[in-house]
Amino acid sequence: MKIALMAAVLSACMGVACAADEMKLAVTTSFHNSGLSDVLLPEIKKDLGLEVQLLVVGTGQALRLGAAGDVDAILVHSKQAELDFVTQGNAPHRTEIMYNDFVLVGPSDDPAAVANAKHIVEALTAIKTASHPFVSRGDESGTHKKERALWHAANEDPTTFPSDWYMAVGAGMGASLNAASGMSAYILSDRASWLKFGNKGDLALLFAGDEALFNQYAYLPINAQTHPHVNDKAAHALENWLISDRAKDLINGYRLNGEVLFIFNAKP
Amino acid sequence: MSLSWVFSNAGSLNVEALTPKTVTMNDILQGLISAFHLIVTLDPDLIEISLRSLYVTTSAVAIAAVIGLPFGCWLAVRRFRFRRLTIAVLNALMGLPPVVVGLIVYLLLSRSGPFGVFGLLFTPTAMIIAQVVILTPLIASIAHQAIRDLWAEYHDLLISLNTTRGQRIRTLLWDGRRALLTAALAGFGRGIGEVGAIMIVGGNIDHVTRVLTTAIALETGKGEFALALGLGFVLILLAIAVNLVIHSLSKTEVSGRW
Repeated sequence: MKIALMAAVLSACMGVACAADEMKLAVTTSFHNSGLSDVLLPEIKKDLGLEVQLLVVGTGQALRLGAAGDVDAILVHSKQAELDFVTQGNAPHRTEIMYNDFVLVGPSDDPAAVANAKHIVEALTAIKTASHPFVSRGDESGTHKKERALWHAANEDPTTFPSDWYMAVGAGMGASLNAASGMSAYILSDRASWLKFGNKGDLALLFAGDEALFNQYAYLPINAQTHPHVNDKAAHALENWLISDRAKDLINGYRLNGEVLFIFNAKP
Repeated sequence: MSLSWVFSNAGSLNVEALTPKTVTMNDILQGLISAFHLIVTLDPDLIEISLRSLYVTTSAVAIAAVIGLPFGCWLAVRRFRFRRLTIAVLNALMGLPPVVVGLIVYLLLSRSGPFGVFGLLFTPTAMIIAQVVILTPLIASIAHQAIRDLWAEYHDLLISLNTTRGQRIRTLLWDGRRALLTAALAGFGRGIGEVGAIMIVGGNIDHVTRVLTTAIALETGKGEFALALGLGFVLILLAIAVNLVIHSLSKTEVSGRW
């Protein structure tokens, strides 16, 4: 009975699945929250007849899904982790597509005076000196890795920070911003997630523009040698589309609240 | 309830900067308005994810009932050595953490896992499998408790009629059908509101595996509390509607027929 039911369900799902060529792409929350995927996916469908199914996860989980062969490609932003991913043979190569930037968000009265800082390291040091609440993603995502790298650049080790002001919430960008909003804490966010965030409360964008805050996105197709079931053809078609002039115009032309979010920098 | 109130209890500072209570009430009102708007305009996305929620959970309840109801009944009728232990374990499994079930089912269905060849991960089928695992102990346990009382009543009669065990189980299942319906509805209640397991094995893919609960989690993550709350009210209404329909179809709570 159970098997018969499962078979019926399975065939129903297969029937739907076979209608168009499709692939699964694990992307980071920041890419999806920006709204850029809502612009690109319909165009991809139009140009390539390819339905890209998005799994919106943190970079850490995206890399795990890719290594297990559960998705056909990943689009993430954490260079060192990506290079390791390629070295381990999980992907044949990584292709840089575009970049956006991180911003430092905090309470609008800015008790640690980060708005006057000359660079991001100085801003973070000011927060630490003031011991003002700071929310960390704490989920091994690209944003979390970036934040840790910035602390290390300031010669600080965030693992030694006391939890009375440094709070690792272990959640996605949106949930972390909700936490920061509730606690009037500082937080490092990608610009897109911040602009789209609907519960800003007392928070304001305080610091941005330092080159150290640039955030490179790269596309990695999953190795079809080790995972023969992946849709290699679709993954490569998507890659060629993402580095084309068509994608360039769409990405550079995308505006959120009148602001440019992503800058295309793929080399065709 | 705005998240700010949850976090304000975490020993945080700057209390005056927190959202005032009126705004929190406003969030709930906005949620009600957004729920009303979604339903009245028959929002196509809403209908799609609601139907998928229903499909996943009713399928899971059906499969879990086919396994759980006879098992609970068998457990009430049969005497064997580890019966007490089995019942204790079954009752404990009612509280199975969905997120752990989700992770285990994920690892089993992953391409690198033992059942990876079927390619079931991130499909509604995977979500049904995870929910069957969560719901079966719950349904079996409630069924067992209901049938145990009925069996105490029917024991002498059924034994004196020289029935086989299969006949006894069938009789008990049929005569206890109203209590068993409650077991199935309890399973439905747990399944329709579940998010931990289906988020992991379904992946919350738009138009493929997105259901009401995962959509609520997504909108909360975006800080879109009004929409999230609106979807939450739709979910509650859906659960009430399903229960009402089932009760009216099975004519329970009608005078003279309890």
